[in-house]
Amino acid sequence: MKHLLDVADLGGRDGIEDILTLTDRFVEVSNRPIPKVPALRGRTVAWLFYENSSRTRLSFETAAKRLSADTANFSVGVSSVNKGESLRDTARLIEAMGADAVVVRHSSSGAPHRIAEWVDAAVVNAGDGWHQHPTQALLDSYTLRRHVGALDGRRIVIVGDIKHSRVARSDVDAFTTLGAQVTLVAPPTLLPASLEGWPVTVSHDLDAVLADVDVVVVLRMQRERMTEALVPSLREYTARWGITVERAARLHPDTIVMHPGPVNRGVELDAAVADGPRSVIVDQVRNGVAVRMAVLYRLLGHAGATDEEQIDA
Amino acid sequence: MPEDPVVMYPLVIGGGEVVDANGRRRADVAIATDGTIAAVGDGLAAARTLDASGCVVMPGLVDLHAHLREPGGEDAETIASGGRCAVRGGYTGIVAMPNTTPTVDSAAVVRQVLDAGRDAACEVVTAAAITVGRAGETLSPMGELADLGVRLFTDDGTGVQDGRLMRRALEYGRGLGVTLAQHCEDAALAAGGHLHEGEWSARLGIAGQPAEAEELMVQRDLALARLTGARMHFQHLSTARSVAMVRAAKAEGLPVTAEATPHHLVLTHACCAGFDPVFKVNPPLRTDADVAAVRAGLLDGTIDVVATDHAPHPPQAKERPFDLAPPGMLGLEVALAVIHSELGAELGIEGIVAAMSVRPARIAAMAHQGRPVEAGEVANLCVFDPEVTWEVSAEDTMSRSRNNPWAGRTLTGRVRHTIVAGCPVVEDGSCVRD
Repeated sequence: MKHLLDVADLGGRDGIEDILTLTDRFVEVSNRPIPKVPALRGRTVAWLFYENSSRTRLSFETAAKRLSADTANFSVGVSSVNKGESLRDTARLIEAMGADAVVVRHSSSGAPHRIAEWVDAAVVNAGDGWHQHPTQALLDSYTLRRHVGALDGRRIVIVGDIKHSRVARSDVDAFTTLGAQVTLVAPPTLLPASLEGWPVTVSHDLDAVLADVDVVVVLRMQRERMTEALVPSLREYTARWGITVERAARLHPDTIVMHPGPVNRGVELDAAVADGPRSVIVDQVRNGVAVRMAVLYRLLGHAGATDEEQIDA
Repeated sequence: MPEDPVVMYPLVIGGGEVVDANGRRRADVAIATDGTIAAVGDGLAAARTLDASGCVVMPGLVDLHAHLREPGGEDAETIASGGRCAVRGGYTGIVAMPNTTPTVDSAAVVRQVLDAGRDAACEVVTAAAITVGRAGETLSPMGELADLGVRLFTDDGTGVQDGRLMRRALEYGRGLGVTLAQHCEDAALAAGGHLHEGEWSARLGIAGQPAEAEELMVQRDLALARLTGARMHFQHLSTARSVAMVRAAKAEGLPVTAEATPHHLVLTHACCAGFDPVFKVNPPLRTDADVAAVRAGLLDGTIDVVATDHAPHPPQAKERPFDLAPPGMLGLEVALAVIHSELGAELGIEGIVAAMSVRPARIAAMAHQGRPVEAGEVANLCVFDPEVTWEVSAEDTMSRSRNNPWAGRTLTGRVRHTIVAGCPVVEDGSCVRD
């Protein structure tokens, strides 16, 4: 793996399993009194966040520091995107700075892919437009494994704004690669125009599919969708597609609820459910650091040394 | 005994096969000093001969749809650089699109473009906007512009959204004897879409524009052509249903014509898979089924013309993410080779001459273009080697831009010489004009 741009870059089931197995070790590292290993000493990881993201940024930064990597921040404002700044100029800058890896978040789908064509550094996609968010899919897969075991045959519902969601696209790729059955639930206006080639089933009726599921992944419903006539109102959205207390009560006792955050409490997910026993949202955040350590380590680890030498030192 | 005096022509294109609307024959073509064809026949003697052996000698190509970017976008292209691209691609006449800055919507800008065009390597005429500033609100001074020689009006880049205004434009234009051309796109349905709405827009997570955005305006404008009886030209048709509607309209007898671009005849939305905005274009690249339908439309005559929609953008404009890059791709230098490589077997050289020279010349009302290769005609000629294979390079261009979607492809057939009004402007593939 040279870059991590899409879930597909992980190399199928074996590649995903490798990262998840490696994540176990970094969870262990994170639980040590001094949660830090020298694995990436001397490596430089640069942040290129064209879109505000305190959560993902903090998670990656913590991961890099626990691996002893140096970090550098190219603070690119949203304004420079809007000014039409050439992505290639930024890529040239990264090359000049000699970064070993660059973690890219961009509001445009495919921006990290373009950068990857122009730099020698490893590019990690930290979310591009509506397209992909592969480390989120990895941390979701890892969290699921910890809570429900192997994903083979597990029934997973992803509910919400699928169309505009990079989390949904990446989760579908990862979950189905790991053997789960995925059902997408949304009004037709919040589904992609075509689902050709997507190994999923689709429903517009949340209540019809909830009785029999192992996992519900709830997506964030953005208020700006209201202006685009995609749903009549947030009130109607919550009534039909929100995980309300009443709906949660009808779930099987073992069904877990996930959310990539940040939660619009009371819109797509009731606060009581988000903070309740089914919710694994806090675990998702915690596991995010270890998963990102595993990804950075796989991309930047020293080829000459074993995992044991680098992680357990 | 004195020998018969042999006529020595200043220039002969020797050894080729002439193909025009009258068919095919082996013949040399002699050019007179006044730029007309002096003779077509065997064994013509000349002070200078351009070798056309193995080549087809055809009327120079005519492009109905070239964005030359001047005035206002000279970093992307100029009338001079666009003209050099044109002749390198075998074109001897091109129609400049009016979506410049300022818009070609006044006598002053029309004169400016025509003046610059007089110094270009090929004949340059300009289309003018249907509405002032292409804003879709008030008609441009169509009569005044027609008096300056404008024969084609279009708001290309956008379609005229207001059906009532479009009706008036068609009616008024009919009285002037000009042709209105439409970029068919319902702005509300297409808004925010960066590629064809379908499998690839869904996978890539980029907002798409549905085929229906084009089709709705094709449907409306066919209705308006019926209502007004005006001549109407449909630009860059890209969907199967657009082609089907125009086919039905022609069967009904409506005076409509249509064009398709090389890219809509060959490339599909799958080209966008790598997020390279070189493949971003408007209308967007569509599905395999759409490509098949547009090709069938060209072969059965529903599509009259292959037009390039040559749309230069400077490199930095395409070095942005897909959704932030402007739409458009280069076309003038490679269109003939692409069409010959992809559709040559079905169209034949005769079909290519019809679709890329004779019919566009007629639609643009260019009197000296697309004419038979006969004595007395102005010598606007393209000498095309149909056998040679070559690899397209984005860097090997006369354009100021590099957004060439064909780069890296191997094509069969290449322009060897181009003659504009009797002057060789391309010799052995190289532009010899500044």
